[in-house]
Amino acid sequence: MIARLSTPTYLTTIYLFFYIPIIVLIIYSFNNAQFSLVWHGFSLHWYQELFKDRDLWVAVWHSLLLGIISATLSTTVGGLAAVSLYRYKFFGRNLLYALIFILILSPEIVMGISLLMLFNIMKVNLGFWTLLFAHITFCIPFVIVTVYSRIISFDKHIFEAAKDLGAKDWMIMRSIILPLLWPGLMAGWLLSFTLSLDDIITSYFVAGPDFEILPLKIYSMVRLGVKPEINALCSITFMFTLLLVVLSQLLLRKKS
Amino acid sequence: MKSDRSFKYFSLSITWFWLVIFSLLPYGLVITASLLHHDSSHLMQLPFTLMNYAGLTNKLYLTIFEKSFYIAGSCTLICLVVGYPFAYLIARMQHRFKNLLILLIIIPFWTSSLIRSYSMIAILKSKGLINTALMWLGIIHQPLPMLFNNFAVISGLIYNLLPFMVLPLLTNIERLDHRLIDAARDLGANRITTFRKIILPLTMPGIISGCILVFLPAMTIFYIPDLLGGAKSILLGNLIQTQFLVTQNWPLGSAMSILLAIILAVLIALYWYSTRGKKEKDLL
Repeated sequence: MIARLSTPTYLTTIYLFFYIPIIVLIIYSFNNAQFSLVWHGFSLHWYQELFKDRDLWVAVWHSLLLGIISATLSTTVGGLAAVSLYRYKFFGRNLLYALIFILILSPEIVMGISLLMLFNIMKVNLGFWTLLFAHITFCIPFVIVTVYSRIISFDKHIFEAAKDLGAKDWMIMRSIILPLLWPGLMAGWLLSFTLSLDDIITSYFVAGPDFEILPLKIYSMVRLGVKPEINALCSITFMFTLLLVVLSQLLLRKKS
Repeated sequence: MKSDRSFKYFSLSITWFWLVIFSLLPYGLVITASLLHHDSSHLMQLPFTLMNYAGLTNKLYLTIFEKSFYIAGSCTLICLVVGYPFAYLIARMQHRFKNLLILLIIIPFWTSSLIRSYSMIAILKSKGLINTALMWLGIIHQPLPMLFNNFAVISGLIYNLLPFMVLPLLTNIERLDHRLIDAARDLGANRITTFRKIILPLTMPGIISGCILVFLPAMTIFYIPDLLGGAKSILLGNLIQTQFLVTQNWPLGSAMSILLAIILAVLIALYWYSTRGKKEKDLL
């Protein structure tokens, strides 16, 4: 009896640990009180406060712009890399594997400072471009892993058949790989987009004063102390990423 | 028939171009910088020196390294002890909700860790959820100090990094051949022996990759100690950040980052050692 109950209890406890803080945050973003944990009634006050904040909307716009461009470019580069890794034998293939592997594992702070040094030496002013290059760089390995895990389920004979029928590699890419790989590429794009939207550490080093992005804005707000507007802001951001995750999972699962 | 190679060269050159310019070159710069002199007017200066590495043995830094190791180590250990049975139970589950349960672990992995750390404040603060609940139940009469100390930092890190421990373990345990466990039991091994001799060695790659994915970020996510640990909480990540953005001692900051890279290399070597002779080497 105890053994039969202990498994669900253990799992539930861990899931509660994962989700209670977020749920509390969302509930209190609707609380009609400044600091109290006591429920003072439902209110959209903090959301209204949030919508009045001009700077914040600029930061949101910057983040979305950066996320869309960096996700698109990193999916392009990462997708090409994954296809090459799958289809070709080439000099340095193992090195490329190792590099991707190290990039995923290495602490983000190392990427942040190394890119800061690079941009400093190349005399690039910190701002939109440096953030864009940095975001594309940290997204590429994740796109490669996502797309590669999808492409290995393909039947290799399709490519041989296409080749026998005289298709060149560009044609194979356009007519066979792209249509089949579409869900994988979308999942890679969404993963990059959320990584870009949520990134703090790398962005912290390569951001400039002229181009403020949402995570860094939230970070600076949060450091000043707990305010109900931040609860509202965090709730919206959380729900938005949640939506993207569910979307990407649906895309990945559909055909597998 | 001569095949057209332009696509191959096109995609490979883009990949290599990007990774060389934005990964290999910058990492090379960090290594070079760690060997240069610090100069307040030029950031870095020749000639080459090992002074920065010698500087790491400064007593103040050693205290911080020790504290980082202690905090990241306890966080990793707790994640492993809590996460292993959790991953095991889910991996062995034969339930229609299994995929949903896995998705529920992935969601925190995708969402902003800053927001999730911030949400910990509402739970841990003196008028927060835990203290209010405990006082209401009459277990304590004074709020427990749970925020702005090591406890808060470790809880925040575990909260953020537990999925990174669970996910590799889950993949590893799912691949485990269940017949081996049955065989061990048939041959008379008890539960503990089966775990020690069969399950543990076979899931070692998962354990090590989980530990890599928890231990290194635990030392370097500087915003968690910053938010939850209060002003005096400085870990390796905060120290590197200060060297780069405040005191502008890039060579010293680089040497500290190289230290991190060495730890990573040791952990990867351990992983390679634990998977030797096996085909499955993919870490993620």
